[in-house]
Formats: sequence, C-alpha cells, structure tokens
Amino acid sequence: MTTTAASATTTEGRQPRRRNTELLLLVFAWGIGLLGTLQVGWAIGSEPDSGLWITSGVVGLLALVMHVVVRFRAPYADPILLPMATLLTILGLMMIYRIDIAAARRAELNGSPTPTPDVYSQLTWFTIAVILFVAVLLLLRDHRVLQRYTYTLGLLGLILLVLPLAPIIGTTVNGATLWVRVGGLSFQPAEMAKILLTIFFAGYLVEKRDSLALVRTKVLGLGLPRLKDLGPLVVAWLVSLAVLIFERDLGTSLLFFGLFVAMLYIATQRRSWLVIGGLLFLAGAVLAYYLFGHVRLRVMVWLDPWTYATNEGYQIVQSLFGLANGGILGAGIGQGFPNLVPFANTDFIVAALGEELGVTGLIALLLAYAILIERGLRTAITVRDPFGQLLAAGLSITLALQVFVIVGGVTRLIPLTGLTTPFLSYGGSSLIANWIIIALLLRISDRARRPVITPPSSDEALTQVVRRA
Amino acid sequence: MNRPIRSISLVLGVLLLALLANITVIQVVLAGDYRDRPGNQRNLLEEYDRERGPILVGPNPVARSVETGNTLTYLREYDNGPLYAPITGFYSLVYGATGLERTENRVLTGRSSLFVVDRAEQLFAGREPRGGAVTTTIDARAQRAAFTGLRGKRGAVVAIEPATGRVLASVQSPSFDPNILSSHDPEAIREYYATLEADPAKPLLNRPIVSLNPPGSTFKVVTAAAALASGRFTPDSVLPGPRSYNLPDSIKKIRNWNGLPCGPDNLVTLREALEMSCNTAFAWLGNELGADALRTQAEAMGFETSFEIPLRAAASRFPADPDDPQTAMSAIGQFDVRATALQMAMVAAAVGNNGRVMEPYLVQEVRGPDLAVLKTTEPTAFGEAMTPLNAVQLADMMVGVVEDGTGSNAQIPGVRVAGKTGTAQTGNDNPAVAWFIAFAPAESPEVAVAVVVEDAGAAEVSGNQLAAPIARSVIEAVLRR
Repeated sequence: MTTTAASATTTEGRQPRRRNTELLLLVFAWGIGLLGTLQVGWAIGSEPDSGLWITSGVVGLLALVMHVVVRFRAPYADPILLPMATLLTILGLMMIYRIDIAAARRAELNGSPTPTPDVYSQLTWFTIAVILFVAVLLLLRDHRVLQRYTYTLGLLGLILLVLPLAPIIGTTVNGATLWVRVGGLSFQPAEMAKILLTIFFAGYLVEKRDSLALVRTKVLGLGLPRLKDLGPLVVAWLVSLAVLIFERDLGTSLLFFGLFVAMLYIATQRRSWLVIGGLLFLAGAVLAYYLFGHVRLRVMVWLDPWTYATNEGYQIVQSLFGLANGGILGAGIGQGFPNLVPFANTDFIVAALGEELGVTGLIALLLAYAILIERGLRTAITVRDPFGQLLAAGLSITLALQVFVIVGGVTRLIPLTGLTTPFLSYGGSSLIANWIIIALLLRISDRARRPVITPPSSDEALTQVVRRA
Repeated sequence: MNRPIRSISLVLGVLLLALLANITVIQVVLAGDYRDRPGNQRNLLEEYDRERGPILVGPNPVARSVETGNTLTYLREYDNGPLYAPITGFYSLVYGATGLERTENRVLTGRSSLFVVDRAEQLFAGREPRGGAVTTTIDARAQRAAFTGLRGKRGAVVAIEPATGRVLASVQSPSFDPNILSSHDPEAIREYYATLEADPAKPLLNRPIVSLNPPGSTFKVVTAAAALASGRFTPDSVLPGPRSYNLPDSIKKIRNWNGLPCGPDNLVTLREALEMSCNTAFAWLGNELGADALRTQAEAMGFETSFEIPLRAAASRFPADPDDPQTAMSAIGQFDVRATALQMAMVAAAVGNNGRVMEPYLVQEVRGPDLAVLKTTEPTAFGEAMTPLNAVQLADMMVGVVEDGTGSNAQIPGVRVAGKTGTAQTGNDNPAVAWFIAFAPAESPEVAVAVVVEDAGAAEVSGNQLAAPIARSVIEAVLRR
C-alpha cells in the first residue's frame, strides 16, 4: 500500500483514468454475450428473433449508461470492476435465455402450455439494478458518509434479515424461509441485508477495533482477546444460528458468520479471532448437525449422493451428470441438457454452464469472479481511510464467500446450500444487491485512485503510522 | 490493515484453487464414470438424437429408427413387434434397453470400435455418428411358424441349426409390443410396463432362453446318451420295465404314464423304452449309471453353462448331490432338473450333429452405416458331448419315437424326423409342462427345435398333442415344405 499511495501522490494530476479501457472491455463483454446467444439459435436451428436483438440492444444500452455515469461521476474508479460484473450478468442472461428455450421445448413435447420465459423479467431486474447502481453513484459522492449511519443501517440490516419470519409477508419456498412477498412482488431481503450489515460491520469495527485488538493473555503464542470483547462475535454467531434455525437458510447463515469473522480479523489484525471464530463455527456446525434433520440430510447427501439419487440427492446428482457431460470442452451452447438439472437457472446455473461450456468455460468463469474479487480487495488495500478499507474488503469477501459456497455446493466440494450465484442466477434481489456492491466498490475505488489533493486528516495518518510500528 | 487483507486474499485464492481442482476432477477424471452411471438420462437422450441402425432378419428390418420432427429426433419402430420381441427387446426412455437393443447398442449407435474409419470422418466433418446394422440368424418363416403355433398358449420355442449353432427361431407366448415401450410418451410407457409387470404370465420374461422348467421325459435323451457313453448299454440292451419302480430306500414308487408294464415279462430294450417313454426303465437306468454320469453328460451338452448369444441365457441345472431316489427322478427329468428351451434344443442338436455341441448365437453379421459387412460370426464348438457312433444310434432311436412311439404328431411325409416327447410336473398343483424336442432330417439335420408349453394338461400325451405339432411346423418352415 505504501508504494501505491506514494505513487498516487507523486503522479498527482497525471493518474491515468483508463475509462477507455473500461469501455473497450465492456464492448468485449457485450460481444461475447451476443455471440453466445446467437450460438444458442444456431445450435437449435432457429433464426434469431426480434426478442434477441432487443435484449442485446437493451443490455448494450444499460452497459453504456453505467459506463457514462462512471466516466463522469467516478472517473478514477477501477476500470476492470464494471466490465467483469457486466460480463457475468450477460453470461447469466444468455444461459437463462437458453434454458427458457429448453423449457419451452420440453413443454411442447409434453403438450403442456409454454412457460413464461424468464429472460425478459431478468432483463427488467437488470434494468432496475442499473437504475439503483446509477443512483448510488450519483447520490453517494463519498463512501465515508455511510459511516455516519453505521447503527441505523445495522438495525435495518438485522430487520431485513429476520423479515421473512414476519407473519403474512414471510414466505417459505422449498423448505427455506427467505422470501418476503408484498402484493405480487417477492424478494429475498437477505441479499440487501448482506450489504447493510457489511456497512455496519465496517463502521462498528473501525470504532471498536482498538479495544478488540487488545490482548489480555497469550496462549501458545496466540494473543487472546478480553472476555468482555467476545460479545460482538458471540452476537454475530447467535444471529447466524438463528437464521439457520428459524429460516433454515444454511447458506446465508454461513455467509454472515464467515464475513463477520473475516472483517473482525482484518480490523484487529489478531489471528486469535480467526481461531475463536473457527471454533465457534465448528461448534455451530456440530450443533446444527445433531439438532436439525435438514442439516444432517444435506451432509449425508453430500457424502453419498448416489444413495439418494432419486430423492434428496437428485439435484446434485443431476448437476454432476451435467458437468460430466460437459467434459473438457463442453457440449456446446444449446447442445447440452441443462434443463435436466432442477433450478437450472438459479442455484444450479453453474452446472448448466459447466455442461455446455465444459471445464474450460467454468475455469474461465471462476477466473472472471476471481478478477472481480481481486479488484475489490485491491481497492481495499489502496483506499486510505480504514472504513473504506474494511467496507471494500467486506464487500469483496461477501462476493467471494457466496461464489465459493454455491459453486462448491453445486460441484459437491462442500454440502449444498441454497445461495444464488452472484450476477448469474435468475432473480431480482440477488442481481440488484450485487450491482449495488459493484457501485459501492467503484465509489470507494474512485476515492482510492483519485490523486491526493488534500492530505488525509492527520488523525488518520497518525493512527496508520502507529499501527505499522 | 493491509496485511490481514493480503492473508485473506491468500485464503480466498486457496478456495479458488480448490474449486478449480474439484471441477477438473469431475469434468475430466470422473466424467466417464458419471456418464455411465444408471439414472443418467443424457446418454439415452443423445442417442435419440441420432439415427440408430436397424436390426435385420434376412434383408428386412424388424427394428428401425424413423424421424419424428420432435425434440427426440428419432423414434424406434418394430414391424411385427411381439413376434420378434424376445430377440430385439425394447429401447425405452424410461426403462433403458433390453435384448439386442441392449447388447448391440454400441453397433446400433455407431460407437463400436468397428467403425474407426467412420468415427474419424465424423470428427473432422463434424457429422453426427450414424448407427450400424445388426443382421440376426433368425429364419423369418421358422419364427412365424413357431409364433403361430404358440398362439393362445403359454410357452416358448427355440430352433437352432445343429451344424453351426445359429438360432433360427426364438419365440415366446405371451409376448409384448416393444413399440409402446419404445415410444416417446413416458406415461404410456409406464402404464404399459406396469400392466406387463402385473401379468402373471410374465410377458417381459425372455422365456426361450431364461425360463427354466423341468424337462421331463425329454431328458431321457440325455440319460440314454449317458447309457451309451458308459459302454454298458446298446440300443438293444434289455432293461427291467415293470409297471412301477420302487425307489431305493423309499416307500415311493415311479409309475409309467399309462400304468402298464413297458414290455412282456416286464422287460424292454433301451430303444423301446425311449420310444414309449418308459419311466420305470429310465429310473432304473439312472440308478445304474449314477448321478455323476448323468451330470457329466448333461454338462457336456450345455447344462450349468450360461450362454451369451449375446443375450444372456439362464444356465440349465442338474441337481448337485442327489441321493438314489432323487437320481432316479432326475433321470426322467424330474426332481430338481431344470432346463431352458434353448438348452433342450441344444440337446437335440447335439444328437443330430454327431455329438458335437455348437455355441448358440443370434447375430450373423455386423454392418456399417453403409451396410458393408464389418464382422461375421464364425460358428464355434462348445464341445463333444457324444461319440459320432453313439450319436447316430441315439438319432435312430429318436426317429423311432416319432415313427413308432409317443411322438407321432411330428411325422412329416418324406422326412425322417427324430424327436422326444416330455411332460413334467412343476409342483403338486401346478399344471404340467409339455415338451417336444426334435431335429430333421435325421440323417443330416438342418434344424433342431425345442417346444415347451407351460400350462399343458396332465397327461404324458400332451407333449405329443400340444408341443409336437408346433415343432413339426417349425421344421417344415425351415425345410421349406
């Protein structure tokens, strides 16, 4: 960081903005999506219809709008973040379009009515996501403003987290209570809570990190925190357990606890927090395994899916079959059978992509995520204020954990938990939330890479010097 | 705070590597294993996407793929489905494939290693592989004759060419229609399959090669062969043939089917005993020869071997360690002796073929997508079950069965037919099983046939009444009479 910061100061005024790089990469991402979508048509032998051109046009326009807003409102922002998120969203749209066609064909074969295509509603969600993305960049000129609302946002996040449990509006789908339905609209509040709680963690930890970093005793070379400082971690642990118990949402529970522990470690630099967090996680996992049938079942299906191939393990087995069918180079877009996997366009979209694009395509896809997350973490390292650092790191870690938990689940690396795949999965809440994360990261990154005109407040500088000593 | 962020980045990097390693293992290392797992519909769906080769009887396809214009591009159709069902099997979306559709799948889908040249061409031209064709050994007229003869009965017919082992007919009744099971309508498939499963007559069973029945008096051919092989008996040896035979160490008796002694002074020659199917004489003979001699003879003729023709046939059985009364019962094809129609046709064929047993087979040729012959099955000998001299003597005795004995309904003017009747009890209350095995012409047989009718009446004559006429019509069909 020292070198980056130094160079930023010395190259003041000549810092490259690289907005044209961003534009070029965006055009590239759009082109990949268009080619992929056309290939679906070629594979199934149908002419590209007007819907395809309109969809591609709208996507291109939305990408352009975002680029223009970034160019004028966050000119120094990282040039890779936006194109990567756009690429992933476009690949998701392409796959949803492709699965729509498969579903329509299947319906035709069974003589049932054609299901409503999902790609148009996903496009609508993307449009709303872009509107919110633009709103964040226009209204939030400096991310440090968020720090002022630390506790308000934290409370709001907590409320959103437990909202699905509320009577009337809370809805249980496939055994997990993570939906809220108001009128005809339903959404997963956990997706938005994820952002609010990350902001809260960042603000809270910046405030408390000095006391949380205090060492009382040393055990095996590990500085242990004071007992009374364990409070926040225990609260986070209990909330995660509550989510697991009452909403049966293993994925969200895992995500929140992992995120909090990681941010606690970053804020305090004390590895003991990782150890304590890890132990609490193990305790929670063991507890959940013995107390809850649904957790136990997940683990058993994970260990031996073939025994459950026709019932509880059906999804994961079909997912593995799809991936196997993809092999090294994939069946080809439009040439696999992704619709054989249940929830092919939401939880299992990675399996669908893996079948048609092969391991080659999946590696590329995971590297796209890796680049996106790496840019986020780089932003965290580059930005000068501790709140921004924690927030950028937290948002990046959220994305990373979510990708790991869902992709690992779908590919049977870890037990399957229901989480959406960021940017790819069909679903509005997830898409909107993840685009807001990108907007926040761009905002922080703009600040991080902006040439320093006024030196950071002496207070902060002093803290940094002390901490490094 | 940069150091912990870097540490976390490192951890996330490790997680990424774990994901990458895991998908590589699944999609590269384990992919083949996953593809072949039961319950993976993708193979089948992919197969429905390409033209599957036909199964031929002579020049005519009995199973072929026709284009549908639907998502599942090709539909399997069977001309005369029930007639050829025990040979073709079915090709089902829901229940997988059976019969030749299963065993010859690699040929029919065009994935056999016989098609290397074709495969290379497909790879470079990017064409879908086309399936090869399978030509069966079946004689359409024999198949039809057996099917007509069995109509309304429960049973099976197998005809083979004694000199080669080619299967000329394999028929069952009741049969099923593979067209429905191979349709693209899962509901109809399930419904029909459930009906077939529930049917007590078990139409899905491949009766000719799988259904095991006590062979009854047809097994006396094996006992007679063992007697000749022992060197102690000739066709003219005199045996005791009383009204009833007291089983050793037992109060039970074996009686003759007509309740009469087999000859004057309770004496009968081996030839006469076979002609009139004398139970008491053969029971005595069984104890004279011993269980080991009987089993050796039976195994030489194919008992205890599970033939793959390439459909997997059930192994026929001779009891492992029978005591004397059980040996006597086994000698007349009762007790725990069990045989398939295929096995009994092989017994007849062995006698007709100078004692040499041929491996039965159903696939004559494998042809490429362009119908060029890629592979022809060569006949292979299973073994020598009898000396040629003994075989000729036994064949002559079996001609006597048809011309002067219990098998009169198999007579064909101008052709010497060798045969043997049989009736067996399968249990106390079960209806008897009627058998007839034969080969013709006796001096150089072109066909050996076994007919089994499972729900026959009780009398010994039922072998002659129910089974022999079917055998005769199959022989006539092969001899073109």
